[in-house]
Amino acid sequence: MQIEEKFEPTIVAFCCNWCSYAGADLSGTNRLQYPANVKIIRVPCSCRVNPMFILRAFQRGADGVILCGCHPGDCHYTTGNYYARRRMTLLFSMLDFLGIERERTRVEWVSAAEGAKFAATMNDFVATVTRLGKNRRLEDLRCKK
Amino acid sequence: MQKVIREKAIELLRSGKVDRVLGWKEGEFFYDQTPHLFLSPEEVERTFVYNGFSGANLSKYLVKEGLKEGVVAVFLKPCDTYSFSQLLKEHRIARDKIWAVGIPCEGKLDIELLRKMGIRGIKTIEEKGDELLVSTIYGEKTVAKKDVLAERCANCKSRKHVLYDELLGEEGEVLDSARFDQIEKLEQMTSEERFAFWQNELSRCIRCNACRNVCPACTCEKCVFDNADSGIASKAPASSFEEQNFHIIRAFHVVGRCTDCGECSRVCPQGIPLHLINRKFIKDINAFYGAYQAGENPDERAPLTNYSTEDMEPGDVFKKGE
Repeated sequence: MQIEEKFEPTIVAFCCNWCSYAGADLSGTNRLQYPANVKIIRVPCSCRVNPMFILRAFQRGADGVILCGCHPGDCHYTTGNYYARRRMTLLFSMLDFLGIERERTRVEWVSAAEGAKFAATMNDFVATVTRLGKNRRLEDLRCKK
Repeated sequence: MQKVIREKAIELLRSGKVDRVLGWKEGEFFYDQTPHLFLSPEEVERTFVYNGFSGANLSKYLVKEGLKEGVVAVFLKPCDTYSFSQLLKEHRIARDKIWAVGIPCEGKLDIELLRKMGIRGIKTIEEKGDELLVSTIYGEKTVAKKDVLAERCANCKSRKHVLYDELLGEEGEVLDSARFDQIEKLEQMTSEERFAFWQNELSRCIRCNACRNVCPACTCEKCVFDNADSGIASKAPASSFEEQNFHIIRAFHVVGRCTDCGECSRVCPQGIPLHLINRKFIKDINAFYGAYQAGENPDERAPLTNYSTEDMEPGDVFKKGE
């Protein structure tokens, strides 16, 4: 008997406390479905996410990392997501330059009222990463538990 | 030039204007020079050198020197003054304890390029205008200087000093360099090809940390890489490409502060073109947020400590040209 193993990606989602985390909460209370592959990490602001966090997630075996924050202009701390936007632009461009699949990283702005958008984004992202397969290019076996 | 610089160093030390002089002296081999702190005119007379192999950027040493008593004189090539200016902007150097002497630079040489030409057993190298007279144990050879220029000097961005207290020789100009050509070539490759390119380069990394230690922009007292809990400390890499995270982080930590001095590639014992990673960031900043040269203007805000409501979205990076 052959057991077919289906690839289940590990997705790390950094969600800001004020918009996206509330958006995720809303999609839950609205009973919208999104895959359980997504592991949400709550951060005070999208600006809190150091590019090292994203690399660390990949290093320890994440297959995709998504950063969600308030829409530009709506940041709880007024300007945090503008800084995050610049950092992530440069980081993603660099990852692409080094030959890492560009679809593995994403930034999405999700407000507290956009529960449906949160669920749709996560469904789409998980599908994309599942298609890409396992992250082999950025993982570091030394860091795996 | 060495004579003029030595005389200046001796004059500064004799007059009591400075207590120490930061310069270059020969290391194990004549082409392997090391930065050195000269304390007396006699020492300068004996061991101070300045030639095509005086590549080291001395500005980083000023961070530690500025903490000591007394004044230190330092000789800075044009590209070193960018690092110096950037460190001053970051308040890392006590300016009143530094006497900066600008010196001209005609480009530095890369001994590896000579070796690649098949020239072995090198005893001495004499610079004669545009040519180099290389004497080896097998006889003498003449090579064009432009063929053995280090990559960073072949694509020199500026021969103009940003700041100095006094200048020896003549002031040069900011040059139009072709330094982004190689980046563009890499960008035009497919993702697979780029991955193969970097896997080939970075798999040689032995994590000696020389690139971090020499970088004039890396001046944190506690470094993120000195972390015993990172999980990778004292473990050999399991695959050949696991040090790439180190290189991405190393380069990212100096985004907007890297002056493209090329020291990281110069000191790499494995000959990895590390400056390409930094240069990619510089090229991106120029393309996305307007032209910016770190160290050039002390009043300008660095790109990552600034923002515009009109900035592009991270996803848009990939939409370009598709």
